[in-house]
Amino acid sequence: MEAHATDVVPPIHPRWLRVTHWLNALAVVIMVMSGWRIYNASPLFDFRFTDSITLGGWLAGALQWHFAAMWLLAVNGMVYLLLNLGSGRLLNRFFPLTPRALFADLLDALRGRLSHANPRRYNAVQRVAYLFVMIDSALLVISGLVLWKSVQFPLLRELLGGYEAARRVHFFAMAALVAFVTVHLTMVASVPRTLLAMVRGY
Amino acid sequence: MSRQGQRYKLVDGDSVVKEALRGLEQPSRRLFLRRSLTLGGLSLLTGCSITDSKSAEAALMKISRFNDTVQAWLFDPNRLAPTYPESMITRPFPFNAFYAEDEAPEVDADSFRLEVTGRVADRRAWSLAEFSALPQTDQITRHICVEGWSAIGRWGGVPFAVFLRRVGADLNAKYVGFKCADDYYTSIDMATALHPQTLLALSYDGQPLPRRYGFPMKLRMPTKLGYKNPKHIQAIFVTNTYPGGYWEDRGYNWFGGS
Repeated sequence: MEAHATDVVPPIHPRWLRVTHWLNALAVVIMVMSGWRIYNASPLFDFRFTDSITLGGWLAGALQWHFAAMWLLAVNGMVYLLLNLGSGRLLNRFFPLTPRALFADLLDALRGRLSHANPRRYNAVQRVAYLFVMIDSALLVISGLVLWKSVQFPLLRELLGGYEAARRVHFFAMAALVAFVTVHLTMVASVPRTLLAMVRGY
Repeated sequence: MSRQGQRYKLVDGDSVVKEALRGLEQPSRRLFLRRSLTLGGLSLLTGCSITDSKSAEAALMKISRFNDTVQAWLFDPNRLAPTYPESMITRPFPFNAFYAEDEAPEVDADSFRLEVTGRVADRRAWSLAEFSALPQTDQITRHICVEGWSAIGRWGGVPFAVFLRRVGADLNAKYVGFKCADDYYTSIDMATALHPQTLLALSYDGQPLPRRYGFPMKLRMPTKLGYKNPKHIQAIFVTNTYPGGYWEDRGYNWFGGS
């Protein structure tokens, strides 16, 4: 039998997507764990993160991790966004996105009837969740820039309502990201072949 | 959240580390840093042994120095930090140091002489009274601590650029270093030293700089984090040799810009 190029099934997730996904996962783990340690130096709210789930050992160590992993997060995130936009994947995979479709898929999901038959197609709930995490990550980067260099980025600082407001934005954007990761991991655990697809492509 | 509540938490948050650092001798401090950087997740993340994490620490230090370069590039010598109305001043303004408030050094005003050395034309020492002959200015700006909290205060004194020009400092030198009566030391880049809001502060909120805020003088820079603003300054030197700093040598980023 002759093999034609057209017979080759393209992977569910292209290689660049899998690479950027796992690099992002690594960056997020480092950023969140070191960020918790930085939070502990001067807690915004009436609680602290248990030291054993933080990274860096003390404030200076945590800051070094945080300001190292930020480069991985930012550069990898840019590569992801540019390839996602440039390849047309963002448009194909995430749109159209209507409230009606979201409502229907959400209802199906709650009834445990949401179909995962075609892994090449994101359902409306996935579309919203993944778009949300993209926007949330952008907000983390922007608020992080204001915390890091509040004098040098006056426009961003005023956009977020000042330095102290940016601290809160950064915290809640982190909380939203952690909530996303929790749901994301639960979903992956319930449909394990999605994990294989993100590793092998198929 | 009440200011008082916040202050308590601040003291609680970092005092453990500060206490630990104080009790250790210099070599052990380095070891402490080395250990602390590896604790709490590095080995968990990468499966590295303690020996491998030494290189991880070196890599992190290198990235921190790279971040110094990025910050110097981001720093705009003409961009001003925001200023605030008097009604927004944080009262009481928090005390923060690597020691308790009652351990702050007592400097005698009459016998005080500021030592000026290094790449300067005029190495004469300065008495406190001599500063009143220089132009003075006042500013209400936000002090941002590396721990994350911030507070608004009012500092007055001599623009540092005026002082540097007066002593004939080499303005092309890389660093200005500071040695303090509380054994603190730090250093800054020349661009920030010449920034219009960088003050050799001699007063706080209209009064001579009180002991707890750094009598007789501190360097006040709203463009840098708190630990870059030395209190109880005794000596200023201009140099091209990297002088480091008390917290910087223990792992805090050197540029510490904001």
